[in-house]
Amino acid sequence: MIRRREFLASGLLLTGLFTSSAARSAEPYRIGLTPVLLEDQITFLKRWRAYLERRLGAPVQFVQRASYQEVTDLLLRGHLDLAWLCGYPYVLNADRLGLLSIPLYAGRPVYRSYILVWDEDATSRSLTDLEGRIFAFSDPLSNSGYLFPQYVLSVLQFRPEQFFRRTFFTWSHRRVIEAVAAGLAEAGAVDGYVWDMLARQRPDITSRTRIVERSPYFGFPPLVTGIQLPPARRERLSELFLTMHEDPEGRDLLEQLGLSGFTPGERSDYDDILLMAEELRRV
Amino acid sequence: MFDPTLPNLSLRYKLPLQASALVLVTALLLTSAILVREYQQSRQDLFNSAESTAKLLATTLVQPLIHDDLWRVYALLHAPFDPVDPWPLGADSLLVLDSDQRVYVASEPRRFPIGMALAEVDGPFASLPGHMDGILEAGFQALTPADSEYFLFVVPIHFDGVALGSLAMAYPRALVLPRFQSIVTRALFATGLVLVLMLPLTWWLGRRVAQPLVHLSGCMNQIGDQLPSEDACTLPDSRDEIGQLGQSFRQLLSQLRDKAALEQGMLASERLAAVGRITAGIAHEINNPLGGMLNAISTHRRHGDADPLTARTLSLLDRGLKQVRDTVGALLVEARVTQHALSPQDLQDMQTLVSPDAQKRSVQVEWHSEIRSDLDLPSSPVRQILLNLVLNAIQAGDAGSTVRCTVHLSGRFLHIGVTNHGRPIVREQMQHLFEPFVSGSGQGSGLGLWVTYQLVSQLQGRIEVTSGDDGETRFDVYLPLSPEENL
Repeated sequence: MIRRREFLASGLLLTGLFTSSAARSAEPYRIGLTPVLLEDQITFLKRWRAYLERRLGAPVQFVQRASYQEVTDLLLRGHLDLAWLCGYPYVLNADRLGLLSIPLYAGRPVYRSYILVWDEDATSRSLTDLEGRIFAFSDPLSNSGYLFPQYVLSVLQFRPEQFFRRTFFTWSHRRVIEAVAAGLAEAGAVDGYVWDMLARQRPDITSRTRIVERSPYFGFPPLVTGIQLPPARRERLSELFLTMHEDPEGRDLLEQLGLSGFTPGERSDYDDILLMAEELRRV
Repeated sequence: MFDPTLPNLSLRYKLPLQASALVLVTALLLTSAILVREYQQSRQDLFNSAESTAKLLATTLVQPLIHDDLWRVYALLHAPFDPVDPWPLGADSLLVLDSDQRVYVASEPRRFPIGMALAEVDGPFASLPGHMDGILEAGFQALTPADSEYFLFVVPIHFDGVALGSLAMAYPRALVLPRFQSIVTRALFATGLVLVLMLPLTWWLGRRVAQPLVHLSGCMNQIGDQLPSEDACTLPDSRDEIGQLGQSFRQLLSQLRDKAALEQGMLASERLAAVGRITAGIAHEINNPLGGMLNAISTHRRHGDADPLTARTLSLLDRGLKQVRDTVGALLVEARVTQHALSPQDLQDMQTLVSPDAQKRSVQVEWHSEIRSDLDLPSSPVRQILLNLVLNAIQAGDAGSTVRCTVHLSGRFLHIGVTNHGRPIVREQMQHLFEPFVSGSGQGSGLGLWVTYQLVSQLQGRIEVTSGDDGETRFDVYLPLSPEENL
């Protein structure tokens, strides 16, 4: 109902107005962001939004929520056109979501999970050395920050609540690093890409943590659309991200994100995550 | 002499010092009272602020505690200590305990890790374990453990009557100090200002009080061989104790002066009496042969036939011997048996007798006589006394000045007063004034006052002289009306 009225209004206005006005009155793109990114870069997000609006010729809204679940729900219910999700919620709902593109990190569409300990722990060498510690997870729907360590423990017939003395969620990768650095948690699991990015910006925080284990490579958190997104809008978004590295400003933004570009990607890139999820469900 | 020990210290310093000490003590006491009050006020302000912070935080913590959202609780506790953008919370450390009295989360997680038992908690919260029983009922509590550098504030976190845990906040005691120090600084400045103003005033007042006493003491120290003069000691004329002291001291001085004058007068009259006796003795010894010699010359002349040389020699001898007789006679003052009593007519005669001299020196003579009838006094010595004094006064008076002569009865005495204005009698002259052959003016024989003194003595009267710097010289003679009765 609302959408049709807006559409009619835009049609009427299109006749005698400038393109920029048309962009303002066109159907906005709503993009959901999760803490797979360093979330607090407001100035960066403003620049990025302006870039997207210019390339799309339509307004762009960034939607941020406290957990992956909330963003995933918004996407599934069609309230978002696009979301930058973790691979885990994507594979769980792959039938109802469309993979738009996968970011290229160091030229490859993959990342790893890091197991961190605080700087007072000089002896631990792997996740399995961390029995009885206070452990920080990022989000229940995060692959690197929950699924992977949970899977590793399940192979050893442990559940995190038994293996660790105390566990808690910080609802963001960055805050896992901060919790470990502050000594609130003695160890934690975190998105390796976020840790690397933070090490570039705030080495004072990451220097108080130590990586004891790196996971195998998993598919990088992808850009995902709802299946009800009109093909034209989906096509415009896809074209935009895949060519973002081709213009200077896009390259500059990608540089800030620590990425080299986007690739179309395949659903099968997330099979490893799906496998772990299914293994855990079976246990 | 400056003696620094307090009991011997001069009042000049002691009084101002004591007054200054009093001002100092008062200022310090007042300042201390204000500071104590301000310290308590600062403390109370801190407690009030801590209470509202604790209660607000405890309310905010309910939701994350119900959800067991440990990170959110930590984020709330840690927010004020954010290294990039800290809040001026005041607290050094915050602690949330769960309902089992274990650390749920702390703002300093490395120091107080999750799950730490309350008994193991040390540092700012070391005294906490003893105070956690019944915290739910007690509500907000402020703990001020004596041996700790911290104030502890504890507030229960509860929801719907169920205790979820408690929040403890540690505020450094030193937090009160910065505000307190600024107050101390200002108080000290104000006190210093008051002292700067008050101390000189106090010093001046103390000196003012001590000054008369110091002066009096100085005057008393001057009393020795001779008395301090009247104007050397200006004593306070107030009615307080110092004034009374001054009055007593004046009385003492005047008594001492009277005594000294009396002693001096007695010495003088004794000396004069001795001189009189010697003179009288010598005069008698001279008079006897002198009379014989004069008789012999007279006899020789009566029998005549002397050659001219002898006659001339005898005449020379006669004149010389007569001069000796006159001189000796003048020295030998004797009140002869009187022919008649002193009458107003005698006084009248005196005026007539002195008027040529007065005219010659162009001196005015004022007579004031209250004598209307005959007095029981021999006339010739009194006439002689009066004549000598008035002629002396005319002689000593400046040209154009006035000599006053008063004669009147004063009780059983006849009082003769003679005043003139002119060169004063100097102290050295005064000591030998009544001795024979002492002349003040350089004229006359110097026997006038000697004779006067002898006559007054024989009439058993007394004579007094005062001569001031103002040029007024006054002779007072007091003669008893019936001398025999005074013997």
